[in-house]
Amino acid sequence: MANSKTPLLDELEKGKWPSFVKDLKQAAEKNPMAEDLIGQLELSYKEKIGHWKHGGIVGVKGYGAGVIGRYSDRPDLFPNVQAFHTMRVNHPTGWFYKTDALRKLCDVWDKHGSGLTNMHGATGDVILLGMKTDQLQPCFDDLSEAGFDLGGSGSALRTPSACVGPGRCEWACIDSLDVCYNLTMTYQGQMHRPMFPYKFKIKVSACPNDCVASIARSDFSIIGTWKGSIRIDQKEVTAYAASDLNIQQEVCDLCPTKCMDWDGKVLKINDADCNRCMHCINLMPKALRPGQEQGATILVGGKAPIVKGALLSWVIVPFMKLEPPYTELKDLIERIQDWWDEHGKSRERLGELINRLGMRVFLRAVGLPAVPQMVKAPRTNPYVFFWPEEIQKEVK
Amino acid sequence: MPQIELAGKTYEVDEDGFLQELDKWNEEFAEAYAHVEDIEGKLTEEHWMVINYLRNYFQQFGIAPMIRKICKDLKIDMKKLYELFPTGPAKGACKLAGLSKPTGCV
Repeated sequence: MANSKTPLLDELEKGKWPSFVKDLKQAAEKNPMAEDLIGQLELSYKEKIGHWKHGGIVGVKGYGAGVIGRYSDRPDLFPNVQAFHTMRVNHPTGWFYKTDALRKLCDVWDKHGSGLTNMHGATGDVILLGMKTDQLQPCFDDLSEAGFDLGGSGSALRTPSACVGPGRCEWACIDSLDVCYNLTMTYQGQMHRPMFPYKFKIKVSACPNDCVASIARSDFSIIGTWKGSIRIDQKEVTAYAASDLNIQQEVCDLCPTKCMDWDGKVLKINDADCNRCMHCINLMPKALRPGQEQGATILVGGKAPIVKGALLSWVIVPFMKLEPPYTELKDLIERIQDWWDEHGKSRERLGELINRLGMRVFLRAVGLPAVPQMVKAPRTNPYVFFWPEEIQKEVK
Repeated sequence: MPQIELAGKTYEVDEDGFLQELDKWNEEFAEAYAHVEDIEGKLTEEHWMVINYLRNYFQQFGIAPMIRKICKDLKIDMKKLYELFPTGPAKGACKLAGLSKPTGCV
């Protein structure tokens, strides 16, 4: 490697894990954009400074979102990445593809761009990395022809995403796939034509395992849950007891609310104390199942640390039945967006706005009653957000 | 820095086509530039209403207004805004109005 042009990047090829440098080099054999990308990245590593200019406004006709402009600040050295725009393509809900769809996508991308992809971005979209300005519209046209559409970017509703839900998972309490698809189709306008103070993310998890991490990564989190008792099949419990699983140590002792009791024969759960952590159900899937009455908990305010620190979503609706056409859910989303849009400052996420103006102002504005389940963290730290006149009423 | 020639005059623009010397803006610039942003024919009264609004706001506050504010103050909806400026308010309208490039965000 003594003569390598990229000694610093080469370091990232060592070790037994996959390497994006290896991928880039492979792509560079076919595409000069990928080759210049490697060159620019090596320069960035050497000089310890990024060589992308900030921002860029490019797009396709009729859409204000879906394309992110990128320009190199050293086009003299790397002419092939002078323009290196990113296109976000709305992924199929739950990321279920047929291979021919993926092939089609890659064919379009080889024709118009660098051939480099990121499957998938944090929001969920297929990220197509590196395209020249004159290729944007033809690439979009070809993608449309193949049945794909762009996702959200900028101050728009970002592409909603969902866990695989009932498509593959027996724990699903709601049809996360259908909810996500339905919301995506309903809110095409908000997604393609940004008009909010900042980004707005919706993620749908079908059970409290929250496989899309909606609680940490979305302004509006929908998480499947149940009412009533966890369904127990005692015969299967006995079978688990006879296997390697130590029910007392591995299940009951690790229950965060200590609501489980195992006497060696019968497993009992005090469901009133269960906080739906899913630990027991995950360990004993054959014996334990979520309760029969199923719906979703709605949380708001999650975000990553930009502008202000990271926030986890918190509960605003403890239980909502979710059935098509999801009118109650959509009404709530629209009321929240209206309030945020009206009062939010530029670049202020929903969670930050609620923190600035207060939870009780938020609740009154969106017409939700304050309930004890609206806590910052389960079983601790309750908000006090009753209005003085409401407290008076209670005292009488 | 790229240059474009419109109606007999030369302007410096950035790589996205946004005017660099904001004081060089004039109505002929907007009119001659419109076709680049997919606007067919001449700019209408409605186009000018948006452009003038953007320029006023920008002169007052030094930034482009939020889109909700445009819609509210001008009493038009997003659909109309995209009909007028098919490439969008941030790209098309601000470019013709000679505003500095809105800070994009991913």
